[in-house]
Amino acid sequence: MNAIAQADGVGDGDLERPTIDVDIVCAGFGPAMGGFLTTLSRAWSQNPGDPAFESKVMPGMPLQVMCYERADDLAAGVSGVVTRARGIRTSFPDLQPEEIPMAVNVRQERVLYLLDPAGASRRPLGLRFADAVLRRLGRLAGVNNYALELPWTPAFLHKGGGLIMSIGQFNQWVSSQLMANGLVQIWPGMPVSQPLFADRSVTGLRLADQGVEPDGEPPDGFVAGMDVRARLTVVGDGPVGAVGQAINERLGMPKGNARSEWALGMKFVIELPEACEAPLEPGTVWHTIGYPEPEIFGFLYAHPDRLVSVGIFVPSWMHDPARTAYRYLQHYIQHPDLWRHLKDGTLRSWGAKSLDESGKRGEPFLCGEQYARIGEGSGSTNMLTGSGVDEAWATGMQLGEAVLQLLRQNKPFTQENLIATYEVRRRASWVEDGALRAAHGRDGFQRGFIRGLLGMALAGITNGVLTLNGEIPPATRQLRQGASRKSERVARKAATALVLEDGRPLHDALLSARGWPEIPLDGRLLISQQDALLLGGKVQAVPGFADHVVFKDMRLCARCDDHTCVAMCSGQAITLRADGLPTFEREKCAHCGACLWNCGASADGEHGNIEFRAGVGGLHSVEN
Amino acid sequence: MQMAFHIVVCAGIVPDPLQTLEPLIGANGPGLRNEMVLPAVLDPWAASALYEAAALCAKCAGSKVWLVSLGPKSKLQQVMMTVAQKVSFELVPVDGPIGGFADAHATAAALAQTIASLPGLDRQRLLLFGGWESASRGAGVTLQLVGERLGITDQFQGVDEIDVREDGFFEVLERVEGGKHQVSVCAGPPAVLGWATGSLPEPRNSPQIGMANMRAMMPALQKAASVKLDANGLRYVSVALPTQQRATRVMKEMTTDEIARELVAWIGAE
Repeated sequence: MNAIAQADGVGDGDLERPTIDVDIVCAGFGPAMGGFLTTLSRAWSQNPGDPAFESKVMPGMPLQVMCYERADDLAAGVSGVVTRARGIRTSFPDLQPEEIPMAVNVRQERVLYLLDPAGASRRPLGLRFADAVLRRLGRLAGVNNYALELPWTPAFLHKGGGLIMSIGQFNQWVSSQLMANGLVQIWPGMPVSQPLFADRSVTGLRLADQGVEPDGEPPDGFVAGMDVRARLTVVGDGPVGAVGQAINERLGMPKGNARSEWALGMKFVIELPEACEAPLEPGTVWHTIGYPEPEIFGFLYAHPDRLVSVGIFVPSWMHDPARTAYRYLQHYIQHPDLWRHLKDGTLRSWGAKSLDESGKRGEPFLCGEQYARIGEGSGSTNMLTGSGVDEAWATGMQLGEAVLQLLRQNKPFTQENLIATYEVRRRASWVEDGALRAAHGRDGFQRGFIRGLLGMALAGITNGVLTLNGEIPPATRQLRQGASRKSERVARKAATALVLEDGRPLHDALLSARGWPEIPLDGRLLISQQDALLLGGKVQAVPGFADHVVFKDMRLCARCDDHTCVAMCSGQAITLRADGLPTFEREKCAHCGACLWNCGASADGEHGNIEFRAGVGGLHSVEN
Repeated sequence: MQMAFHIVVCAGIVPDPLQTLEPLIGANGPGLRNEMVLPAVLDPWAASALYEAAALCAKCAGSKVWLVSLGPKSKLQQVMMTVAQKVSFELVPVDGPIGGFADAHATAAALAQTIASLPGLDRQRLLLFGGWESASRGAGVTLQLVGERLGITDQFQGVDEIDVREDGFFEVLERVEGGKHQVSVCAGPPAVLGWATGSLPEPRNSPQIGMANMRAMMPALQKAASVKLDANGLRYVSVALPTQQRATRVMKEMTTDEIARELVAWIGAE
């Protein structure tokens, strides 16, 4: 049986799978699941004798709660993070940042417009003119080190009173407490391949088969993935999780909703030298716009112990089939206003992930028969305020409270009951309030950078009352939304030819062809993408699992000359073969999911030609 | 008839070797920067010992595996999330410090005391497994000392294979110079086997095994006895990492022979 047949459930009839029954099974462990399990287990530990917590599948035992996470380590997540921590502090009112490694209170914030010192950025004419004026005026206009600081941080962006954290360290901190509590079991290195359906009910999860070849064929040593049947399935597997995708595919999305807006977030964690010319105070937050391309937003957060998280977001509304991330990130950190702090630093960690920026408009059905969705995959991220971790945590808490209510009332986890408890809570919460305000906040970017900024400012200042609404096409069509100049098409072709000839990375060749200066690799901070993968992300994948990135129809790939999937692949796991067709190496995949929404070849006009399935491995760094 | 063994595996936890490890000299002596932040894994040598123990247990009906592990409870708990999915065992945690610079005698004393007081342990069936170089900065002394403290004189180090015969004797392959193995035959337990890599692949993750292990593991962790390790006058004058040189190239068309030749030339170059 191959992986495609398995995923479709076709041809599975002869295969005997081990099965267990639990009360609650969870897909994915991140901040949302942390919020859910913390709420549940805390209530249990306050009164373990409460009959509400008695297992219905193992009478006499407490609730059987299992959580399965793909990553090898619960600390292997990636995110910024700067957060107002509103939901998190509700769960941990006495939280001191010192309890969590790399965490610190936010102390100061800046919003910066970065000019282009390299002269290679693809700026519209109006912006070029504005930059020229600003450069000419220099300090008179407040420009220092090619950066213009806004005199204030807009309230909707402001993270005052919040926390800077490492998501990996936060997840590790939360999971230690959960495991010590004893109610829940969290299993890393255990990817979930699909939900189990019975008509429109979700009856549990199927764990990924092991002992298979990359194409899914089982040689000797095959171990069929276990079916975990449950009264309630909690889906918190993030924006590109296999379970969430399968539920959307099978049960559909609410009318008019679609997950069309995405970004790839990529970051470095840099250790600054002891004798730093321009030290950064821990708790410093920078939000940047304008460089390396107008569409690319950036951030810098200063942790304790001379650690800095710095990163960029490459969005789906960057209508450029030659978009990429890693090389842009290297140019970003070399911007004069950042470089004066970061130079002489050492790369400690690297990571990347896709962000579902659709928000409210990408919200799936939050609950159904025996299942509920939480976290980023449920559309909780607020792209106006640029925050997701706290919102995800809050949705987990809300579901936790709902489940406790249903357990105490001895009511089943039907769609009706979950709507009446979880969805009602969520709709009444600050998460929903923020989501509604942000719903159209970034529509303007589909028509250009300036328009998008204006729209975002309008939405932010008026709390979403006034917006520049617009239609958001599927991500696969956004690649070609803007007209591509002939010179750019020629440059892309030349870059691809170079890649096929001498094997250099496509993203490197593309930006060099556009006139970006070569990166002066120093083996310490400015290193090749492959070295970042190994030194920074520590990416690895154990054998015995099928490839989780699959090209659906190679004929479409044969006709593609953009290869955006190759340029945007965070780990260079997707490369071009000698015949120009793409190939995937799972050992280098960081599981960012960028390939899912960076394919311009589509058979149906809605979905790209790449499937992103459940797999094991990925990032192995705990400092992102 | 094959004997049922009581296999006690001593397995410490170490910082994940994939991470960036930076040595430093702190107030308490040598250590690693941000060691408590770094993820931990089971000592790879000892992990091999555990998998071999489980395989032997499966072959010899009635056998049992204990895993005795010394380290901070929170770290042990984190490591067990992964290890517990691999093979069945009873965890015996000892809440104590980790660090690659603990005195081998103190470590051995703590482990031996724990093993000696394991309820239900039959010393006449005891096979003491562990990583042969574990917990000793490669010196290979700690497991040996544990065995001596327990009065076990049949000791094998650098083991890659154990083969139990029908008559109850077992054959052991130990690594010796020149890439060879020495074959020894032992009449029976008790014996100490300090493992090298063994000959088994890492077992796949099994949720059923994990769940079964976890039921006893969490209570055991909560009740873990605490121990302090004496320095015994040990003092480190200096500590340094071996110098490293890195050059990464992505090649798809080279044969293994070509890669090997290039590596040999690179290693031998000035």
